[in-house]
Amino acid sequence: MYIKQISIFVENKPGRLADITGILADNKIDIRALSIADTTDYGILRLIVNDPDTALEKLKAAGITSSITNVLAIGIPDEAGAFSDAIRTLSAKGINVEYAYAFITPEAGAAYVIIRVEDNDAAAEALKGTSIKLIGQQEIFNQSK
Amino acid sequence: MFFQKDIETMPRKQLEELQLERLKWTVDYCARNVPFYTKKLGEAGITGDKIKSLSDIQYIPPTTKADLRDNYPFGMFAQPMKNIVRIHASSGTTGKPTVVGYTKKDLEVWSDCMARLLVAVGTTCEDIVQISFGYGMFTGALGLHYALEKIGCAVVPNSSGNTEKALMYMRDFGTTALVATPTYALYMCETAKELEYPMSDYSRLRLGLFGSEGTTPEMREQLEKGWNIFATDNYGMSELQGPGVSGECEERDGLHFCEDYFLPEIVNPETLETLDAGETGELLVTTLTKEGIPLLRYRTRDITRLNYDVCKCGRTSVRMDKVKGRSDDMLKIRGVNVFPSQIESVLLSIDKIGPHYQLVVRREGFTDTLEVQFELTDSSMLEKFSEIEKLQKNVQHRLQTVLGIQCKVSVVEPKTIERFVGKAKRIIDLRNTK
Repeated sequence: MYIKQISIFVENKPGRLADITGILADNKIDIRALSIADTTDYGILRLIVNDPDTALEKLKAAGITSSITNVLAIGIPDEAGAFSDAIRTLSAKGINVEYAYAFITPEAGAAYVIIRVEDNDAAAEALKGTSIKLIGQQEIFNQSK
Repeated sequence: MFFQKDIETMPRKQLEELQLERLKWTVDYCARNVPFYTKKLGEAGITGDKIKSLSDIQYIPPTTKADLRDNYPFGMFAQPMKNIVRIHASSGTTGKPTVVGYTKKDLEVWSDCMARLLVAVGTTCEDIVQISFGYGMFTGALGLHYALEKIGCAVVPNSSGNTEKALMYMRDFGTTALVATPTYALYMCETAKELEYPMSDYSRLRLGLFGSEGTTPEMREQLEKGWNIFATDNYGMSELQGPGVSGECEERDGLHFCEDYFLPEIVNPETLETLDAGETGELLVTTLTKEGIPLLRYRTRDITRLNYDVCKCGRTSVRMDKVKGRSDDMLKIRGVNVFPSQIESVLLSIDKIGPHYQLVVRREGFTDTLEVQFELTDSSMLEKFSEIEKLQKNVQHRLQTVLGIQCKVSVVEPKTIERFVGKAKRIIDLRNTK
């Protein structure tokens, strides 16, 4: 039930983001969600794509420092308080969210949130039996097409 | 003005006789007391007796910084510790510093040499002199300190750092002369302006006694204008004794060697062949009286030229030009010697760092900065920013421990640092480019 996320090291200089996303475009990689966190000198680009294995292979071949990690994707209603409820559910179980980013899917009428936690299994367990749904890799892409 | 006029104006012929006598003594002294030299001179078949003229020095094998490092810490000392009264150290080419020891007599000679050069630029017993070199293992501060006391100056051992306090002392004490690196003196001036201190508060300051790094003509102009002083340079290195090996006089037409204590020569840095008088090459210096750590034909790696004409000031000693460059890749950053090899040994000792790195030296305002860039190749660190930051801090800390200066540490993408076939050019020095 986990989602493969790609993390990419990007130096803060003009054109780098264009170069990196260009590699993905050339290989027909579809980006579903992204987040960039940055410091003064560099950033880390995090992506959810349709074909993470190919994406990683192409990025590595281009000499780009990148990796794949498993993260959770949850589906929540696109309404006030929903995200807060989800986070509270996790924190009640002592699960710390290291970072998260969200995107809305008009077709599904829901918001998807990518969350990165230390222990995916514990987080999945914590969400079991709640109204918060875990979303799989295929699901994210099926619903957007 | 002279501190020891007889020596400073000694006719050249007489000076050379003195040098020859002392060179013979030094050769035998080295052979007798330093196993490194016993072996080296033995192999070359050289004894004091065989030295018939000063030019015979060319048959003595040169000594390098690596020799000092290989004999770390006290292997090059010619005296037992009971006769050593001071130990200093400077940056080595890799992890270990270069260590030097002084006998009581060495310290006397040192302060005499330095005092001569200070008096030659107009320092007197009336002066209040602030020393803004860092005290500690480096030779700069104490070298100046004892010479200034010998002249009878009032010494303010302010050390470096805490610029605002240094400016306060300068103003309140009516400091007349400043000892600093030229870059730090410029930084102090800039700080005073930023704090909107009226420069008239420093009107008693008249003399800049700069060293530890050379002053470029542009810096000299800025220093003289900014502080309204007479800026002078002196030269030395801890291996030879510290500051006071050579220095300017009031004519500021080259740096007078303390030639009765140091014998300079110029060689081709590639072939080590002796060059004719007036040619530019690497400066080699032989100590002529040193007891603690005598050195034969020490390779300074500084590129310069020697001028044997008698100076307008009346001194007969040979003058060296300002150092034009280096025959190795040593950098001077805020007056501190930095060898890229030191940085390399730190970087290579840390996991997760690729072998490719680059050094960028800049002048920001009036301060030299060093940036060390390395490629982030380990993708396992992408999960948390804190991992990368931790690595940067670790590198920074270890570099500071080895180099003694703080530097910026940047991570860059793989393959962004230029690859070299053969000898890598890892240094980008932007200080003298506009």
